[in-house]
Amino acid sequence: MNILVCVKQVPGSTNVEVDPVTGVLKRDGIESKMNPYDLYAIETALSLVQTYGGKVDALTMGPPQAKSVIIEAICMGADGGAVLTDRKFAGADVLATAYTISQGIKRTGNYDIIFCGKQTTDGDTAQVGAEVAEFLGIPNVSNVLAIEKIEGEQIYLTASLDEKNVTMSVKMPCLISVDGDINSPRLPSYKRKQSVTDDMVKMVTFANFEDQNPEHYGLNGSATQVEKIFPPEKNTEKRVFSGTTQEQTEALFSLICDCKMI
Amino acid sequence: MYNQITKEDIKVLRDIVGVEHVLYGDAISADYAHDELGGIEKMPDVLVRVHTTEEISSIMKLAWERVIPVTVRGSGTGLVGSAVAVEGGILMETTGMNQILELDKDNLTVTVQPGVLLMELAAFAEQNDFLYPPDPGEKSATIGGNISTNAGGMRAVKYGVTRDYVRALTVVMPNGEILTLGGKVAKNSSGYSLKDLVIGSEGTLCIITEAVLKLVPLPKVSVSLLVPFPDMKSAIESVPQIMRSKVIPTAVEYMSRDTILFSESYLGKKFPDTKNDAYILLTFDGNTRFQVEEDMKIVAELCLSIGAIDAYIVDTEERKKSVWSARGAFLEAIKASTTEMDECDVVVPVNQIDEFIKFTHALSKEMNVRIPSFGHAGDGNLHIYICRDTLSQTKWEETLEKCFARMYDKAKELGGLVSGEHGIGYAKKEYLKDLYGETPIALMRGIKKVFDEKNILNPGKIMC
Repeated sequence: MNILVCVKQVPGSTNVEVDPVTGVLKRDGIESKMNPYDLYAIETALSLVQTYGGKVDALTMGPPQAKSVIIEAICMGADGGAVLTDRKFAGADVLATAYTISQGIKRTGNYDIIFCGKQTTDGDTAQVGAEVAEFLGIPNVSNVLAIEKIEGEQIYLTASLDEKNVTMSVKMPCLISVDGDINSPRLPSYKRKQSVTDDMVKMVTFANFEDQNPEHYGLNGSATQVEKIFPPEKNTEKRVFSGTTQEQTEALFSLICDCKMI
Repeated sequence: MYNQITKEDIKVLRDIVGVEHVLYGDAISADYAHDELGGIEKMPDVLVRVHTTEEISSIMKLAWERVIPVTVRGSGTGLVGSAVAVEGGILMETTGMNQILELDKDNLTVTVQPGVLLMELAAFAEQNDFLYPPDPGEKSATIGGNISTNAGGMRAVKYGVTRDYVRALTVVMPNGEILTLGGKVAKNSSGYSLKDLVIGSEGTLCIITEAVLKLVPLPKVSVSLLVPFPDMKSAIESVPQIMRSKVIPTAVEYMSRDTILFSESYLGKKFPDTKNDAYILLTFDGNTRFQVEEDMKIVAELCLSIGAIDAYIVDTEERKKSVWSARGAFLEAIKASTTEMDECDVVVPVNQIDEFIKFTHALSKEMNVRIPSFGHAGDGNLHIYICRDTLSQTKWEETLEKCFARMYDKAKELGGLVSGEHGIGYAKKEYLKDLYGETPIALMRGIKKVFDEKNILNPGKIMC
């Protein structure tokens, strides 16, 4: 079984400031890391391969330094991977990103299952996975909580519909976006890190793609334009309850009810 | 010996701190009768919630005049009964004194009230690009409590313990006099260090009402390594070799698979790896990723060369949380795995940890009792828990007494001491006396008498 996991390099901290004038994220001095939600996707893929056999590749789109998240995936257990990188891909929105990734997947291999994380911590759109599936013409299931089993060409899984869970079977090849916290992602291995070789990570550019129309990529291929980026308001309000334990408990309970949290 | 608290005393206390801050009788929650470990239980006669140094001074003047015992309590997270009012009297809760008063960026100090929680101070320091290095596992402990037990924590390997970060203390003496000990100074050869006598004195000498603490610049990079070993012996044996490599990790913790599984069950969260019997968890910090990774590489290669199965890299906030949150829950997890437990917080020279752990394993078999452990392998401070499980009360008491006696004897034989960071309190004073012998204990009694002639401050603690 061939599995691909789509991953993304994101800022290493949630405390990334936005330049008030340009509206651009201040990335200088901020370390990068793999999107935390993608770790669950990698763990799901590696666990499946342990059970059913096969290989796992990782794919990312980004600047050349995004290679480090592919190496990280290899350190966790992936067999290899590719970086889709080209200046023509810059400025892509979710649509152009999904199209680029779909082109990359067509270029890099045939996969039975493509796993994605639920969303990224920098974009938070949770749309790219579904759009990639659409461009590839394969079924897609989001918010997957568990992979139950694989039988023949069918994969059985449980997905969340918020208030209800649904168990279904899907014909492979398919794209599955897994929920956060569905497993405990393994840690990258130092031993594997020492054995990573250059040929394990392919760098794929526009020139390698089947569709050579530059209008389909990057800013040109984007259906949306970002007008403004701004940091969300921070709520640091604190309320301290005093009185007896009973009084404090009742005050807290009332507040939780007032906020409609229960 | 002590006077009972009268209605008149209550009236005076109410005048000092306000009616709402004086509780007595049934109004006092049963939680105030014990600390986190339990076992030692006694309700105070009065619970007084204090908010200023002056209030404490006035209360102590009353207590001194009336000869009423006073026990100071922070969050109540202690493990040896230090904050339990074993003689009754006044229990003085300082959690309301929870203000961070000053950040002095020139002298690299922060001034805090004693009720500030360790987690609050750690977060405040980090927000200001500083590190308060002492890092005990119990983050909801107060700084006052940390100073009173000279708490150490996980970063002691590289940064030392609470004592190393206390520059000055404002204290109230048992007779109500207010003193400042130490100062915002880096050096001090000015007579006996009274400040250092107070640190670790578990509230028996005076009451800490303000502390000036040293900060260090926040290291820019911190990475942990989780190193699996096939068995505890090889894991523990690696520690002295790591220390010999001259790379000084920030923390070196050891943990067994059993303890990790208790933690998984307690937290309801899976640990990233439980395939192996024993793990060493190390942290490295520094100002550049290159430097930290070089240190990490030296230790990873060393561990692999002496039998480690791999070395897992814990480099992001998510990964650190998944590993360190489990480590932080070990005490509660072991507690939840049994009906009752008691703990031994011995500290031995780092190169004797292996010997001590082997001893506890043999003792566990011999006494037919479960003795899980974890701890600070890098500084020789072990946390060993004797679990009651299904033992009858009589058998439990008998087993506990024998196990403790044997373990403290072994610690003494290996050049160790009774407590690394939890203190002596009420629970361990017999063992302190046995280990130190008469003269050191007599010196301690003498010091206590000079500070507190009437023995009203936290009586019944540390010394038999």
